[in-house]
Parts: sequence; C-alpha cells; structure tokens
Amino acid sequence: MAAHLSYGRVNLNILREAARKELREFLDKCAGSKAIVWDEYLTGPFGLIAQYSLLKEHEVEKMFTLKSGKLPSADVKNIIFFVRPRLELMDIIAENVFSEDKMHSSRDFHILFVPRRSMLCEQRLKEQGVLASFVNIDEYILDLIPYDGDLLSMEYESAFRECYLENDQTSLYHTAKGLMTLQALYGTIPQIYGKGDCARHVANMMLRMKREFAGSQNQILPVFDTLLLLDRNIDLLTPLATQLTYEGLIDEIYGITNGYVKLPPEKFAQKKQGAALSKKAKIISAAFEERHNAKTVGEIKQFVSQLPHMQAARSSLANHTSIAELIKDITTSEAFFENLTVEQEFMTGVDTDKVNTYIEDCIAQKDPLIKILRLMCMQSVCNNGLKQKVFEYYKREILQTYGYEHILTLNNLEKASLLKLQTSSRNNYPTIRKTLKLWMEDANEQNPNDISYVYSGYAPLSVRLTQVLARPGWRSIEEVLKLLPGPHFEERQQLPAGLHKKRQQGENRTTLVFFLGGVSYAEIAALRFLSQMEDSGMEYIIATTKLLNGTTWIKSLMDRPESQIS
Amino acid sequence: MTFITANWNPLGEAFYRKSELYEMCWNLRDGLRDCLVAAAPYGGPIALLREPVRRSPSSRPQLEIYSASGVSIASFPWKSGPVVHLGWTRHFSMGQEVVQSQVLEAKVFHSPYGTGVAIVTGSSRFIMATNIDDLKLRRLPEVPGLQGKPSCWVVLNQDRQTKVLLSTGSELYILDNTSCTAVSLPGLAPQGGSIVHMSVSFSYKYLAVLTDSGHLWTGPSHLQDKMSEVDTKKLTPPKQMVWCRRPKSQQPSVVLMWDRLLMVVGVCQDTIQFPTEDQCVLVGEMDGVRIISSTNQELLQEVPLVCQEIFKIASMAPGALLLEAHREYEKSSQKADEYLREIKEQSMLGEAVSQCIEAAGHEYDPNTQKSLMRAASFGKCFLTDFSPGQFVTTCRELRVLNSVRESSVGLPLTHTQFKQMTLQVLIDRLVYRQFYPLAIEMCRYLKIPDYQGVSRVLKHWASCKVQQKDLSDEAIARAMCAKVGDSPGVSYSDIAAKAYECGRTELAIKLLDFEARSGEQVPLLLKMKRSQLALSKAVESGDTDLVYTVVTYLKNEMNRGDFFMTLRNQPVALSLYRQFCKLQEQETLKDLYNQDDDHKELANYYVTASYREKRLESRLSLLQSAVDEYNKAKNEFSAKATEEEMRLLRFQRKLDDEKGAGLLELSLQATMEALLALGLYKQAEQLYRDFRVPDKRYWWLKLKSLAEKEEWDELEKFSKSKKSPIGYLAFVEVCMKSNNKYEAKKYVSKVTPEQRVKAHLAISDLDGAADAAIERKNDSEIATVLSRCSAADRLLIERLNRASTAKK
Repeated sequence: MAAHLSYGRVNLNILREAARKELREFLDKCAGSKAIVWDEYLTGPFGLIAQYSLLKEHEVEKMFTLKSGKLPSADVKNIIFFVRPRLELMDIIAENVFSEDKMHSSRDFHILFVPRRSMLCEQRLKEQGVLASFVNIDEYILDLIPYDGDLLSMEYESAFRECYLENDQTSLYHTAKGLMTLQALYGTIPQIYGKGDCARHVANMMLRMKREFAGSQNQILPVFDTLLLLDRNIDLLTPLATQLTYEGLIDEIYGITNGYVKLPPEKFAQKKQGAALSKKAKIISAAFEERHNAKTVGEIKQFVSQLPHMQAARSSLANHTSIAELIKDITTSEAFFENLTVEQEFMTGVDTDKVNTYIEDCIAQKDPLIKILRLMCMQSVCNNGLKQKVFEYYKREILQTYGYEHILTLNNLEKASLLKLQTSSRNNYPTIRKTLKLWMEDANEQNPNDISYVYSGYAPLSVRLTQVLARPGWRSIEEVLKLLPGPHFEERQQLPAGLHKKRQQGENRTTLVFFLGGVSYAEIAALRFLSQMEDSGMEYIIATTKLLNGTTWIKSLMDRPESQIS
Repeated sequence: MTFITANWNPLGEAFYRKSELYEMCWNLRDGLRDCLVAAAPYGGPIALLREPVRRSPSSRPQLEIYSASGVSIASFPWKSGPVVHLGWTRHFSMGQEVVQSQVLEAKVFHSPYGTGVAIVTGSSRFIMATNIDDLKLRRLPEVPGLQGKPSCWVVLNQDRQTKVLLSTGSELYILDNTSCTAVSLPGLAPQGGSIVHMSVSFSYKYLAVLTDSGHLWTGPSHLQDKMSEVDTKKLTPPKQMVWCRRPKSQQPSVVLMWDRLLMVVGVCQDTIQFPTEDQCVLVGEMDGVRIISSTNQELLQEVPLVCQEIFKIASMAPGALLLEAHREYEKSSQKADEYLREIKEQSMLGEAVSQCIEAAGHEYDPNTQKSLMRAASFGKCFLTDFSPGQFVTTCRELRVLNSVRESSVGLPLTHTQFKQMTLQVLIDRLVYRQFYPLAIEMCRYLKIPDYQGVSRVLKHWASCKVQQKDLSDEAIARAMCAKVGDSPGVSYSDIAAKAYECGRTELAIKLLDFEARSGEQVPLLLKMKRSQLALSKAVESGDTDLVYTVVTYLKNEMNRGDFFMTLRNQPVALSLYRQFCKLQEQETLKDLYNQDDDHKELANYYVTASYREKRLESRLSLLQSAVDEYNKAKNEFSAKATEEEMRLLRFQRKLDDEKGAGLLELSLQATMEALLALGLYKQAEQLYRDFRVPDKRYWWLKLKSLAEKEEWDELEKFSKSKKSPIGYLAFVEVCMKSNNKYEAKKYVSKVTPEQRVKAHLAISDLDGAADAAIERKNDSEIATVLSRCSAADRLLIERLNRASTAKK
C-alpha cells in the first residue's frame, strides 16, 4: 500500500502503520456510522496516513470541510471533528454544534485533536457552552508523518515563525514528543548532536522525557546511530536561493503540497490535474541549469523510464516529460537567468554592500514582493547585514511601491535576522564560505561529485555541516561553528546492555537529520546524494517541521493586516 | 522425625492431622468466652469484640484486632449499637431500611464477585449485597410463614447467582432474587427430624445439614444428590459446624464443635473425636480448618496424599524410599545404595524426587521440609534430565512462607493457600501490615520486576511515612530520597499529594522537587496555591499547553498587576500569553507592551490596529500613536515611514474629495500610476518630489504610463526633460512593447554604445546591429547578431564573419 516508505534503509512504514492503527482504534471507539468534519489543513497530511477506503471500512460515510454555519445533513450516528487545536476553529465548531442541536438530537459529537488536545481549546468550547455536547474528546498524536522512504515532516506550517518571532516553542515540544515516539518504534538513538538554540531545547526535552520514562527500558535494537538537530536559523541562506534540482524546481515554480503538485492542466494530454511526484527523480536536476544545456528531453525520458516502479505507470512517464518541458521553458528564460546570476553574485560575495540594480529594477517593474524580499534577505545574509543607507533605501522602495503595511513584515524579517543592519564592519560570511567550501567553482552537474550541484555551485551550509559531522567531525570546524548562532553540543543516551549494535564490515551508519524550522527539497536532494556516495559510509533520513521553499518560508513570516480587515 | 505420624488419625482410607500453628501471643483474661470472634481466611487477622451485648448502653466494648498469632494490631472502642455478627469486609453502609428495622442475624461471605453481606431483618426479610465494593442491596422475596429469624441459614453461590438456603425447622427453602422455592434433601431419612444447623463448604460446592436428632446429612449444594448420612448420636446442637476439605480430597469431612468436644465426621461415616479444654473458634480454610483457642492455634487438615505416601508406616512409594536412602546416606551406610537401586530399577527416581519436593511444600515444620528437600536434591544427582524449576521454586517459596509464618508476622499460610492467593496479594498484605523491609526483601529475593515489586512497596511505605507526625519535614524528605531514589514507577507527585492531604504542604513541596516529570508537579502545586512555582515547573516541562493551563489559572486568581508581574519573570509564559492575546484580547496586548515599555512592539500594535480601522480619522490617530512610539523606540526610519504614510493618506483623501480619484488604499507607486493614468501629471510630479521617489523608479513609471496611453509626443518631451536615469534602451523596449517601431527608432541613437546592439536588435534592425557590433569589435555581440540571422541574410553573415576573423 505504501511501498515507497519501505524501500529505504529505515522502514518508515512501521511509523505509518502505527499511526493507522491508532486512527482505527479511535474510529472504533465511536460505534455506528460516522461523518467526519475536516479542518481543511489536515486533509493533506491525513491523506498520507490513510485513504478514504480505510475510513470507509470503519463506517465513515460522509466527509465535510469545517465551515461556519450549519452542518450539512447526513444520516449518521456520529459527527467527528478532526481539527488542529486552534481557538478560531473552536468558534466554528461551536457554531456548528449550536445550529445542529435544534434539528437533530440523536447525533453524537466527537472531537479529535491533531496532534494534541489543548486545555485552551477545551476551555473555549466550555465558554461557548458546547463542551458538554461532546461524547468524546480525544487526541490523535500525529507528529511525524512519513512523506517518503527517507523523509518525515510534521507539516507544522508556523514552526519557524513561532520559534523565532513569537518565542512560542510549542512546535519544539511536539518535535521532542515526535522523536520519543520514533525512538519507541526504532530504538533509542545513542548519539545526539545539535547546533542552535532550538536544537538545544529539543535535546533537553528529549533527555528529560527519557528520564521521566526511566524504568521502562526500550528493548528495540537501535535503527538510527545518530540524531542531528539543526536550527533553521544557522543557515538562513539556503532556502532563500532558487533550488535547481528537478523536484526543487517543480516546488519553486508550482509548489508541492503534501507530495502533490498542481500543474497547468492544458499542458497535459490526459485530464490529470495533479500528478503524484516520484521522489526518485533526484539527479535530473542538472539538466535544467541554464548555462549547460547539455541534457535533452530525450535523455530525461530515458532516465525516467529506468525507474522500475514507473514503468508500471506509463502515463507517469509522459507526465514527467511534460513537466520537464514546462520547467525547461521557464529555466531557459532570460528573467530566470538574470535572477540566478544575482543570487550567485550574492553567494560569491560580489558587490553585496551596494544597492543592487537588479533588485531596484524588479521593484520598479513591480515584480512579486516575495521575490524582492528573497533577494534582499539573501544580500543581507551574505553581507552579514546591510549598510544603513542600503537597508533604508530598500525598505523605502518597498513601502512606497508595495504599500506601507509591509512595515510589519519588514520588522518581522528583521526580528528573524533575515534582514539586518550591519553593525560590525566585519563580514563573517566569506570566512564561513571558504572554510566550509560553500562555493564550488567547478560544479559538475552531469556527474555530480559534490553536493554543490543542487544549487549549481553553492553547497547548502546545513548539509555541509552534516557532511563534516560524519567526517572528519565538528572539532575541525570549531571556529566556524562559533560564528553561527546558538550552541553546538553532543549528548549520549545510554543503551541497555545487549543493544549495542555489532556492525558488519562495510555496513553504513544511519543518521537522522532533523531540520527545526523547515527544509528545502534541494537540501533533501543534497543529503540523498551524500547517502548514495559510495565512500560516505552514512545513510541519511531527513525529518523536519515543514517542507518549504524560499517563497512559502517568507510568506509564513509576513504580516498582512489587510487580510485581517475582513 | 520418626514421630511425624504421631498426630495422624485415620479417617476412612485417609488420615487427618492436627498440628499446632502458634502459641497465641495474646493474653486474654476471660478466654474467648462471651466474645464475638471473626477470623479472615488465608491465615488472616482475628477480630475480637468482648461482651457485645452490654449491660449498660453507656459503656463501649473494645474492638480488638490481632494477627493470626495473637499479636495486637489495633484496638478501638466500638461506638455503634449492639453487634450481631462480626465479619471481615471494608467500610460501607447498608442504608436506611436496615437501620430502621433491626438486624437479627448477619453473615459475611466471600465469593468470586467480592465480599458480600446478607442479613435477616426484624421483619423477617432477607437483604443481601453480593459485592460491597459495588454496593447494590437486594431485598429477597418473602418467606411464607417465617416469623422472626429462621432456625438456620446459609448463603450459597450457584450458577453465578447468590442465594440463601434457609430452614424454618421442618421446611427448607431456597431464596433467590425473584422467588422462594421449597426444597428437600434427597435421601434424608424420614426420622431425621428438623434442621438445626447448616454449613456450606469453602468452595460453595458442598452442603452439610444437621438435624435435631443428631443426623448429619452431606451432599452437593445443588441438592440433587446425597453423599452420606451419619448419626452423630449427639442431641445438643453444636456451637460451630465447618467443612474440612482440601483440593482433591480423598476423605472430606465436617467438623462439629461442642463445648468440650471436637468431632470430625468423615463422609465415610468414620469419626475422630478430640476433647477440648477451652472455648474454641473454627475458621474454615480452603484446605483445612483453623482451631483458635485462647492459648493456641491449630490447623486440622486431611494429610495430603503425597505426604501419606511418603510418611505412612512401611510405605514403599518411591518418595518414601528416596527419603530412606538419603537418611542412610547421611549415616554413611551402604543401604543408601540398595534403596536407590530399588527406585531406579522401577525407573521411579524422577517420580521420587517430585514427590519429596511436593511433600516438602505441604509440611509446616522447617526440619521436615529440609530433610525432604535434601532427599530430593540427593535423588536429583542421579538424574540427568530432571528440570530444576520445581526444586528451585519450591525452595524459594518455602523460604518466603516460613518467614511470613514467623509468629511476629503471623500469616499461617499453607502452600496450597499461597498458590491460590498469589504472591501479589501476599505482598499487598505485608504492605498493609507495614512489614516493608520484609516485603522488599521478598520482592528482591523472588526477582519480581520493580514495577510490581519493590516500587509498589516503596510507594506504600512513602505514603505512610509522610503521615508520621513526629518526624520533621526535612527528615522525611531525606529518608524518602534515600529509600525511594529514582525507583521506576514511584511517583513523587503522588506521595506529595498524600503529604498535602495530611496537611503537610511544606513537605509536599520538598517532595515534589524530586519528581522528574515537571508536568506532574503542576496540578498539585496549583492546588497548594504555589502558583509561581507551578508556572516555572510548567515552563520547564516544555509543554506549552500546561503553561497555558497555569497562566489561565493565574489570570483568574490574581489581580491584574500581580499577574503581569508574575509573567514578567517568566519570558516563555509571557510570550505565550501574548500569543493568546493577539488572537483573543488585543487590548490586553497593549497593556502588556505598555508595562514592559516595549515601544517598538507597541508601535507595531498601533500600526496593526490602524488597518482594522475603517474611518480615516481614527486610522490617522492610531498611526500618530505609532509614530510617537517608534520615536520613543528610537526607530527613526519607521517613524518617518509612518509619517509618510499619514501624509499619503491625507493627500489621497484630498484628491479623492476633489477629483473622485479613488486613491485610498493604494500604495504610493500605485497612486502615482493612477494619477498619471488620469492625466494628473502635476500631482504625480508633486508626490515624486515630496516623497523623494528615486528618479529611476519614477522614470520607469512615467515611461510605461505614457506608452500605455500612447502619448508619444509627451513621451518624447519627457525623454528630453533631462538625461534619462534609466538609459534609453528602456524607451526603445517600451515603445516596441506597444508595437510602435517608429517611435522606438527615435531613441536608438541615444542608447549607450554598450547597449546599442541590443537596441538595434529590439527594433529588428539587423544591419544596424551588425554595424554597431563590428564597430565595437565585440565577438559575443557579433555572435548574438549572427544567431538572429536567417539564411536569407547571407551577405550580412559573411560581413560579420569577416569582421570576426579580421579581428583575429
């Protein structure tokens, strides 16, 4: 059923099955026919755990989207609300329940909070006078959702914003809980490394939770050798850059949500609106890089046809070819090239302390604000802050062109250190770039030999740190680590005697890399590349609070008061 | 050793033995005379109420509780009315009806469903509760013709139903929930007479009935059959009548007790008679009868078959031979070999070892146990494939049993009872009696997992310890930490809750400090009104919902000032509360920022608020507040930008009022764009100057706007107004976008040399482009032009190629 989850080094299907089992148990608690009212945000993640057929087997007859007003009529015994614990949703539920009671009286109401129940929400329902109407209030602990054989995400959209703007560490608590669940299924992870304040906080909570469970020793042979916790804010640059891998480009251009992408339908012969993406397509990326137009669509076709599980679905082949053509149209455009050139100038440190004419022109042409912000943030990060004159010039340009309300967004970006005023004359970025070899002049995109191929020359800092940790170890880069925000640390978790792994000769080690605050598809591609490198000796499983790209990330940090008017 | 059979008495095929358990430690002045006595089964404690029917109502009898060995456990005055019956249960009440009508008789009974009680009221009605833990009183149907109390009655447990079997003398009735049925005893001799006594066995399976003519009838309790009928030849009714059986009994019996006589009546019609000196009480057990007198306590039981086989005089059972062999071996006699050979020849050595082990379990005397176990161990040496499990287990269990049988503990459990009761229950009983060290030793010795063993004992110990008033908080906390440490499964918060219940708040707080799970500490701390501490513990746990719980609690408990101050010391809680306010209580948010003098956030707050405001005046005044706060925060840029915004709003309103331009809500850029579109050039110009719009952006804007409106003359004028900050290629491209090649051409010559090729190409002037490229001698430009050439441009291609090679 979910075969794509079990082909990897770690069988993530176990996690999915555990989640399905719990869902079934909950559904069986409500005897009789049911209708589910969905918090729309949850449908995507849930789709990865259980299809409609599973729900149907457990007498789910109808599904609705949570909306204010009256619930649609359905001849069922139970109405179950599947919601995130958010106050505004409680108000809608209350409205639903109120308008319902007058019509029918025999329907039972239930709430399933995902991923955790909340006292605040229950309090709210109580204030609204509907708490007593619920037969059953429960929680469905769905922290880490398997997206692929080596990829887990919590799809916690606001994690970065909450951690860095609002000092709200709820997402980190869920992360720690999720990691405990993972350890319960896959064994205690003996080594924990981390960099950043959030990483430290998560590790502390994990160690505390382990102490709290002292006595109930986990007797599972550890699957993971190492856990690496990385704060997103130690590497703000990477997600800002345009991803140049196949999957990354699809995400940049069309946006991938919960493993699905919506493509312009007119381009596809079949009446398909969305195409499930195969995560296998990792290496084609290079073909789309503007300057080396070497790979032809034909070659892509050939590559795609090699993927065994795709041969089964011939339409998939056609889809990917069409997607590749669509993307090629864009990546060969002059606009794409110019943008990329500026990005690469920033990353290599060219003229980062001056007002950039390209950004200026883009503002004058009223290009999308997020594009401007991405470039500006990139320049700021690569220059360790902008000079006051440059900074204020950009800000005025934005306020005058896009409206003064964006002053709040600019403040937010400043708070998250994505934009900042240069305070010291010293720019750390070149030092970091050189020490960690973040820029590789001779990036080989046809036969990559370094992770820098994913950004066509730029090696993601986050992934470089991961790579160095595996070999030769962080001790070799102490100085650079000190330049990055937050502490770096190492912790060990005792294993019960007898669970120490006896490693076979040549057997790879497995590291779980957890990106707190989000990870981009290009970073995932880079880690996959490392896993596949013959001499790396390391396999990576990737986990994150949210799969993101520069656009969705910046969007999550914007304040749009106009949307609050309505 | 030789006399092991000395206290054996034959009864039919079997033997009965009466062995002493204890010399009672108590010192009863008047013996058991005039006492109500109740002893709990499984070697349980004895309750004793002296002179229950008092002469004067003012004096209170003393209720005393002893261990089975007679050690006093508790003693308290009985404060309620006269006592009819004494039995072991938990505390409960039977309700009003029972209080109003007098209780004539009562019986406490134990069944698989718990402990139950049945009573006969003054109105001759039976009321029954099957399980006092789930108290449901049932009033049984009326018994025809019953006046006062019945002559005798018992509670039966049949087919998962609890019934009462009663006799009114001549008649016998079964009472269940719905009906009262007359029954008769199968095969009771007609001369039997009326029933005076009844007894049901421990397992409820058998019934014994005694008539006034001294006939004892026995049979299964479903009354379908008869086992035997014996004439006891006694006409006085006995004081007590109790079944004496054991699992797999060969010869069950009924024990009848008169003032000076104890008679064991076997189903085989044989009897044994023991004279008694003293007043006694019989306690039925699953495998015998305990006889309690004021001086000692004995166990009467049928000798288990395996013991009979081993110890019976001249027994040739393998176990007996093995015991003998071992005895000879210890005497270094070669006879040992003979005996062993005899067993081995019959291939019965395994059987012999098993028998010895089993018999050891049934023996009460440690010396007998030892000799049997040694014999077993000796026999085991000659076996290669004998599993040691049974031997080891029995050794361990005997050690445990011997230690609880000690007079100081006083639990005279037989091995059979122990197996039935389970180890868990034994540990619980030790814990309730507060034999903590013994219980812990036992758990460790038997290697019980901590959760079920040591931790459970420690938990109980701890909650008992916190009640010791004579110890200081400090001492208790220290003792607790030393003993409990971090034993898994012992919750310090549970212990703390107990301490708090006993009014020891300080101790509770000290104990909570040991709790590893901060989440667990919070509810109790709140209950004890240690809200600050609760808040920091909640923060520590990382569980934000828990923090919210405490914050909400504090908000309701404290006045606003204190509440804010508390939050101020807990940044994490403060941030969370701010989040909450952002969604729910905007006004409070302002107060919070105000309190912290956070001018920047306050300014942001006003900006946000201004966008919710529909009226322009209020909007402006909110923005003014924002400007003030930005200034206080020394954020010059934001202050200025907000002032600009206000200026723009005023300007837009003025123009909207004057010209109906519909500018409000537009950005500065969009406003200028709209003005240009409306032909209000002067006003656009004014904004450009007032807001110090960069030339480049303004030129782009005006250029595009004029081209869009196709105002070509105006565009040309504009191009000449001063040197273009955006160059002239932009002019060319914008004109071409409007498909006006004619206008575009005008600007080509003005383009800088670097862009000239591009400009010519933009208007599709290949020749011009070629000229420019050749003139500049630029290879890549020449290449660009070449790439645009088609086959028809042969001459041009040649020219370009020539220029390219000439350069080289």
